[in-house]
Amino acid sequence: MRNMIAVYNKEMRSYFVSPVAYVIAGVFLFLSGYLFRNILMQFNYWSLQFAQRSQMMQMGGMPTLNLNEMVITQFFAVTDFIWLLIVPMLTMRLFAEEKKTGTMELLMTSPVSTVELLLGKYLACLSLYAMIVAMTLVYHIILTVYGSPDWGPIATGYVGYLLLGGAFISVGILASSLTENQIVAVLLGFGMLLLLWLIDWSASFAGPTAARILRYLSFIEHLQGFQRGVIDTKNVVFYLSFIFFSLFLTTRVIESRRWRR
Amino acid sequence: MIEVSNLSKDYGNVTAVADISFRADPGQILGFLGPNGAGKTTTMRILTCFLPPSGGTARVAGYDVVEQSMEVRRNIGYLPEQPPLYDDMTVRSYLQFVARIKGLAWERIDSRIDETMERTAVTHYAGTPIGQLSKGYRQRVGLAQALVHDPPVLILDEPTVGLDPKQIIEIRQLIRELGGDRTVILSTHILPEVSMTCDKIVIINNGRIAGEGSPESLMAQLREGEALRALIGGEVQAVEAVLRGIDGVVDITHESGPDGDTERVYTITTKPGTDVRDTVARTIVNRGFGLRELRPLDMSLEDIYLRLTTEEVIAEDA
Ligand SMILES: Nc1ncnc2c1ncn2[C@@H]1O[C@H](COP(=O)(O)OP(=O)(O)OP(=O)(O)O)[C@@H](O)[C@H]1O
Ligand SMILES: [Mg+2]
Repeated sequence: MRNMIAVYNKEMRSYFVSPVAYVIAGVFLFLSGYLFRNILMQFNYWSLQFAQRSQMMQMGGMPTLNLNEMVITQFFAVTDFIWLLIVPMLTMRLFAEEKKTGTMELLMTSPVSTVELLLGKYLACLSLYAMIVAMTLVYHIILTVYGSPDWGPIATGYVGYLLLGGAFISVGILASSLTENQIVAVLLGFGMLLLLWLIDWSASFAGPTAARILRYLSFIEHLQGFQRGVIDTKNVVFYLSFIFFSLFLTTRVIESRRWRR
Repeated sequence: MIEVSNLSKDYGNVTAVADISFRADPGQILGFLGPNGAGKTTTMRILTCFLPPSGGTARVAGYDVVEQSMEVRRNIGYLPEQPPLYDDMTVRSYLQFVARIKGLAWERIDSRIDETMERTAVTHYAGTPIGQLSKGYRQRVGLAQALVHDPPVLILDEPTVGLDPKQIIEIRQLIRELGGDRTVILSTHILPEVSMTCDKIVIINNGRIAGEGSPESLMAQLREGEALRALIGGEVQAVEAVLRGIDGVVDITHESGPDGDTERVYTITTKPGTDVRDTVARTIVNRGFGLRELRPLDMSLEDIYLRLTTEEVIAEDA
């Protein structure tokens, strides 16, 4: 526990000492802000049209458009993909750099278990992710000032976000543990994440059993519930077991040095 | 404190270390001497649990490096060949991190760090990011990192590499002081380093041990008839023929003696471990040549080192 905290603090400090964290937060917030604005403009446009049309048709009592469904759900769906591109850059250095500079030799010859080491790094990256994600709350506060969104789906959306981020990071860390080259780590991370992102696509061409498995592995499939305001245990279990599995693989990769005789 | 028996390590089909055994007792400073690629780093990585051995066993501080790796790791301080530094950390925060992961008690951390920085003379740079330090100072911080938790066993891979002569002397002095109740293993390919700092030398070459002992005993071991210097009067060809006829003599060279050509200086090289002094004296006198002087040639450790390591190569080529 104590070792894990030491590793965690070290990683956090190194994120904030280097410009990486700031640049990534900046780029993400800029992109997501820009997308948010576009989604909102679109919503305005539709609302206007909708209002005109209902006036023309003399149907005064029509319900207004749903802010949650049209803005918030869409916002989550779009920013998920941005994270897919960003997470491998947050994770690339975690192990690759230690191997390159030789500091892995310090860590591996210290009385720190692989699990402590890995969890320290994993949780540091997850915290940074959560911090950046938390900043997007501003958008929803803006919505609340001007409209009246339902905060239930927003909250579950963030839960889904955290689980998805956790899964992305676990894949990114696995990629980083496989190489000492950070560029290779990023590319491997992208590759694996994109594959998992698009996996249900190939389900359409597969046999019934294979299709069910492929669809089960799809990240998008398990995310939609959260964004509609539903927390389904099945989806939570999916993400948690995915994270567990890929972290487990990472410990195996790190320890492989020890049993390769 | 450190016991290595029949240790070997292969990288694929490259054998880096082949069946080496040696030991270091508590308080001993053991110098691990060998040319580039001899297997020093590999051995140290096995001792520090960074690499598993391919065969044989190693015990450090009483614990097996494979079975009880955590205990071993708790008891060692290790300076790898490339100092394991984080360039974005300051010297102090780096040492804090190391002290924590080495399991040093919270309340001792600050005082130990101050002590260690003082000892390795980096106090002045406590607040400097490591990335801005010169190579010598990086090496010192690397050494500080190995010492900070006050481990009973120290494993230092080429600790003086990259230091200027003054710093080298200081670090050697420091290593000597560290000895005391600690066991220290240091590797180097610089000979004076071991003869100055170490109680015991293990010479390694091509992954095999080529010689072992205290600096003095290594010399004594080789002096036992390894090479003799003799001043002999008489006809050169005849003397040489007689000398060559003696069992155990490998090679003979000669040069003019102090009085010109009537007496010549012969250098008689013999097989290791054979003492031919008596036989040479008897034979020369019996044949009626004048024997004026006969003594073993003092070989410097440098000669031993060169000799042990080159002989190995020759033997292997044959
Ligand atoms: N990771 C590796 N993969 C393959 N071969 C290796 C590896 N590391 C070392 N070797 C080989 O093992 C042998 C011993 O290397 P080692 O680094 O132990 O030598 P050394 O005595 O430390 O040399 P130096 O004085 O140059 O540091 C060398 O022939 C080297 O090429
Ligand atoms: Mg080496």
